[in-house]
Amino acid sequence: MQKTLLTIALSASLGLTATAAHAQTLEAVKEKGYVQCGVTGGVPGFSAPDANNNWAGLEVDFCRALAAAIFDDAEAVRYTPLTSQERFAALSAGEIDVLSRTTTWTMSRDTDLGISFIGTMYYDGQGFMVRKADEIASSLDLSGAAICIESGTTTELNAADYFAANNLEFNVVVFTDQDEVVKAFEDGRCDVYTTDASALAAERSKFANPDDYIILPEIISKEPLGPVVRQGDSTWFNIARWTYFALLEAEELGVTQANVDEMLGADNPSIKRLLGVEGDFGAPIGLTADWAYRIIKHVGNYGESFDRHVGPATQIGLARGLNALWKDGGLQYAPPIR
Amino acid sequence: MSIAFVRTDMAPSQSPPTRSSGLVGWARKNLFATPVDTIFTIIGVLFLIWAVPPIYGFIFPTSLGGNAVAPGGTVEQCRVENAGACWAYIAARFNFFIYGFYPISEYWRPNIVFAMGAVLIVPLLWPAIPYKGINALLFFVVFPVVSFYLLNGGVFGLKPVPTEQWGGLMVTLIISLVGIICSIPIGILLALGRQSDLPIIKTLCVMFIELWRAVPLITVLFMASIMLPLFMPQGMTVDKLLRALVGVTLFASAYLAEVVRGGLQALPRGQYEAGASLGLSYWKRMFFIILPQALKHVIPGIVNNFISLFKDTSLVSIVGIFDLLNTVQAASSDIDWASPTQAVTGYLFAAFVFWIFCFAMSRYSLFMERRLNTGHKR
Repeated sequence: MQKTLLTIALSASLGLTATAAHAQTLEAVKEKGYVQCGVTGGVPGFSAPDANNNWAGLEVDFCRALAAAIFDDAEAVRYTPLTSQERFAALSAGEIDVLSRTTTWTMSRDTDLGISFIGTMYYDGQGFMVRKADEIASSLDLSGAAICIESGTTTELNAADYFAANNLEFNVVVFTDQDEVVKAFEDGRCDVYTTDASALAAERSKFANPDDYIILPEIISKEPLGPVVRQGDSTWFNIARWTYFALLEAEELGVTQANVDEMLGADNPSIKRLLGVEGDFGAPIGLTADWAYRIIKHVGNYGESFDRHVGPATQIGLARGLNALWKDGGLQYAPPIR
Repeated sequence: MSIAFVRTDMAPSQSPPTRSSGLVGWARKNLFATPVDTIFTIIGVLFLIWAVPPIYGFIFPTSLGGNAVAPGGTVEQCRVENAGACWAYIAARFNFFIYGFYPISEYWRPNIVFAMGAVLIVPLLWPAIPYKGINALLFFVVFPVVSFYLLNGGVFGLKPVPTEQWGGLMVTLIISLVGIICSIPIGILLALGRQSDLPIIKTLCVMFIELWRAVPLITVLFMASIMLPLFMPQGMTVDKLLRALVGVTLFASAYLAEVVRGGLQALPRGQYEAGASLGLSYWKRMFFIILPQALKHVIPGIVNNFISLFKDTSLVSIVGIFDLLNTVQAASSDIDWASPTQAVTGYLFAAFVFWIFCFAMSRYSLFMERRLNTGHKR
């Protein structure tokens, strides 16, 4: 999630190509018969190969939902694993149709690189992990505690700012390598380990006794991770954006993969509109009226996807937190379909 | 007058004193010859006592007195304090390390390719087996074509498998084999070109070699995978694996060219002149007189190049191609096998596989050197 010189150097040339954009991504996708989706090289819960060597994860589910909406087949996706340096160039060059790769939404990326973020699949942010035995309940209790940090990262700066703003004593132990940091924390050389909350959870699952550690509820930085498409193709942008909204809307209305067929007969007009029983909201985005039904039928709603890949029941064990629906006190909010 | 004693038979030979023979003698000679030797021996033994048991405990399973979890074990066994290597994880994800994302139902296709490669390459490398010409034709022409269509599919009713789904050891072998096989002719031609009397050819070859030798392989791969797509017309893409293959091959041939040139320069001028005085054409001179001698000189250098090329293929992981190393890295984030030694075990496995191939290559080159050693042995 860091910006490299290369990205900056490329942005100028990207700007040129992107304005010449393909206004016809949907046609091209329909013609080749699959969605080409850029993913990570393996971030557990977000996009990683599963036991059967298939890509799986919260962000992979977005690509599957997109394929389901277009082809009525969630498997009509091909995945291109990309490094963080390659990802924007691959998108701009048309090698992939959508980038769903733990990409942080920032202004410079959104405005400078000829790409458009379609929403926030996961509100990540920097958190703190401590030992359960230390009985620390809040990050405000961390004054003077030894904190393990990877040097030269924004993580270090965020933590320093947070401690200064809250008048806490900042006692930092710096390492040059992520693995060293984890090892030092596990060996008890420091009391606190801080990095992005999703990474904290993934590292915790590798400990011999994951239950001995807790992740504190405070999140001290903003890392909204979302899928990205090329700028300049508004049809494709709308399809991607409303695929994301449909996932949220379905959860809000209680439509799940299991009950979606029953829900076709529901009286709630919102559900009728979502599932295409009433009105045709698919036509303006170049899809069929049952586009959202297909998504839920094949992939499920956002909550189901979350629980399946990163939720409390999984090894990663992330709480919904900021990613709960707006009515449950979170930030996930979809405009109504009408 | 004394009677002289003359032995009529040989005195029976006695075994040397125990202090200078057998194990004791060997130890005195090699381990405790001087006080300095004794000190180093003691330090060495202490080091082994310190280092070997933990390594042994890490690598070998509980049934052999170690801490490792043998294949067939569960993730819970791996997820303990002071756990050894989690071999159960390697066994569970073994297919991923070999085939990457290749569809499980289609594994027979890479298997046939592996088998075909083995059947063709063994007789090719074994000097005593005849029909080298047909064998070479099969291996260098038929095998790549058949393998490509078999792996890629889309013909004869085979399910298409795009190269994004290729991975693991399969891709490592593809990249290194293509790199090795294609770089030999290109490298030789470049080396000859560099020695040529024709200024244009000479300049082009020098420029090519110096350009590719002057940039790191990682830069080449980055250029191929990031910059190249930006220069192409919209919607036109060249396969990512192909781009890496071309990059690796050109890079390897530039290095090989310089090794071959070393061999060419080692030949006395008389060899060139002798060929010319027989009235042989340039190509005949090169192929029948110069190159057979020159290449023989530089076998260690060539194999050295191949070994380093084989290991360099792991760099393609940074452009998102799933070679052996990258599959190991990706699997190390497999949450179902999350355990303290998951990553270390994976890297150990990758290192072992790389070692097997590199060691085999190095032994084969030694064998070839000895066999071709006709009058140059030092």
